[in-house]
Amino acid sequence: MPFLELTGVQKRFGEFAAVHNFDLKADAGEFVSFLGPSGCGKTTTLRMIAGFERPTAGTIVVNGADITNTPPNKRNVGMVFQSYALFPNMTVADNVGFGLKIRKQPKDKIRKRVGELLELIHLPDKAGRYPWQLSGGQQQRVALARALAIEPQVLLLDEPLSALDAKIRVSLRNEIRAIQRQLGITTVYVTHDQEEALSLSDRIVVMSEGRVEQIGTPFQIYNFPSTGFVARFVGTLNVLPAKVVDAAAGTLEVAGQPIRASKPITGSHAGDMITIALRPEIIELGARDGLNNVTGIVDDVTFLGSIVRVRVKFTDGSGVISFDTFNNPNLAVPDRGTSITISFPPEACLVIDQAEVAAASASEDPDAA
Amino acid sequence: MRRLPRLGWWLVFIIGFLYFFVPLYGTLDFSLKSKPFLSAYTAVLADSQFVATLGYSFIAGILTIIISILIIVPTAFWVRLKYPQLRPFIEFITLLPFVIPPVILVYGLLNTYSGGTLLPLGDSDTGLNVLLVAAYVVLSFPYMYRAVDTGLRAIDIHSLTEASQSLGAGWGRILFQVILPNLRTSLLSGAFLSLAIVVGEFTIATFMSRPAFAPYLGIVGDSKPYEQAALSLISFGITWLAMIIIALIGRNSRSKIKVTVG
Repeated sequence: MPFLELTGVQKRFGEFAAVHNFDLKADAGEFVSFLGPSGCGKTTTLRMIAGFERPTAGTIVVNGADITNTPPNKRNVGMVFQSYALFPNMTVADNVGFGLKIRKQPKDKIRKRVGELLELIHLPDKAGRYPWQLSGGQQQRVALARALAIEPQVLLLDEPLSALDAKIRVSLRNEIRAIQRQLGITTVYVTHDQEEALSLSDRIVVMSEGRVEQIGTPFQIYNFPSTGFVARFVGTLNVLPAKVVDAAAGTLEVAGQPIRASKPITGSHAGDMITIALRPEIIELGARDGLNNVTGIVDDVTFLGSIVRVRVKFTDGSGVISFDTFNNPNLAVPDRGTSITISFPPEACLVIDQAEVAAASASEDPDAA
Repeated sequence: MRRLPRLGWWLVFIIGFLYFFVPLYGTLDFSLKSKPFLSAYTAVLADSQFVATLGYSFIAGILTIIISILIIVPTAFWVRLKYPQLRPFIEFITLLPFVIPPVILVYGLLNTYSGGTLLPLGDSDTGLNVLLVAAYVVLSFPYMYRAVDTGLRAIDIHSLTEASQSLGAGWGRILFQVILPNLRTSLLSGAFLSLAIVVGEFTIATFMSRPAFAPYLGIVGDSKPYEQAALSLISFGITWLAMIIIALIGRNSRSKIKVTVG
């Protein structure tokens, strides 16, 4: 039996449907992330689990109990906010012990539990500090300890790392995952950062415009996207037009150059134009035997520290491929304007529905509107 | 280039300082002209009416502060949290004391609550005391509401409320243990203004025949000008002292959980 179950959950604000028929079954101790762009309904869904929003339809069940209409203060659900939401008038210890005080726990027990949690978040010496005396990362750790103090059935985190700088974000997300594994607490994590979702989660729920696009493990989501939106949103995808040469054999033409897909192209015939997607990390510089090799002109080279991003355009103007290569000083990085050949395996060709790709591009590109 | 603005600020400061302190100095100078020296002050301090009326006004002031906090804080909090569209309406209501003169207010209250009405508060001393505090609460609305509203704007009440709820807090605890302590500075400024208004309020107290400080000051001034000046300065000093005490109480009212690790 799932520990957390959302069935047919909907939320409407007047005429606007923020969440459509959301279904999810999460096991005890599972780490599930809601991933999607702004306005996709991920935070609204999280807030419905927390009890801050009441679903228009559907049910939310935690550990066998229907909590759909239970007030938020009776749900025993811990929440960590993007803005930390620490009580400014209370010390770190008071903040962490607040939920236990409400539960009328004995003072000794509160003191012990607060001490344990401050050890857990590596801030045992900050008990007497006020929130404004802590850094952003420290404040968010205290917020996590405060949410964990009440031993919640489910831990909810609403973009908890968004306000932090990149380095702290990576270290704190590892810390969050380690603590979650240590305590075995069922966790729902909201983020728009695909790297965060991929690195933290047991499963990811990709959402768009209030709908679930795909639910799967990070491996499934990244490698086998079930919709164009997922393929486009998770990772940086090269989207190219291709002409079907032999649908049954999976042979195609990109910018007039032959390539092969690993599977037959279903629903298409020779001469049809389709759209394929290539992940940048699969593409290699130089020709390789047995792989698809295509040639183009280097349009741009961007140095990004440990990696170098190369953009190649086809001479017929039919598309652009962007790919990354490690910044190895012994490897020659191609110059702009030179002709190069790149290679990728047939399995790397993801055939994508044209309409979905166009919609995903439009939703991500504000200029397209 | 930098000197000119700094000079301007000093000029504003000096003008402000003179504006506030020249009248005080004038009053002090006048009160010291009584013969023998300081007799105006000794006479005032010896008058039992002085302590009685000032005490009455202070009690009325403190009750006004408590009641207006109990009315305004939950209202402003609820409006900001749940019904932000009602803010202009609430602001208008709280501004009414600026539009309705105290003499109209006191007549309205006395007519409504005297004689054969359901609640004849105007017919007894206790009832009139209640009416007086009620009138003062209304007078304090513009100051208290603005102070509280500004304080609420400065904190993220939505997140704080939701964080409290997720930890199991009900509305009472959210209001009194989370929101109210974070409005301390705002409440203090609202309380200072309310206390100053109540101690100096003349019209309502006079028409209700209440033994308040301002009517007493007026009576003394009719026959004893030196004593009135001394009285003004003493009451000014006591009001400032009361404000400092409120500020100190507000600053020290914090609860703590002490944690020992290891």
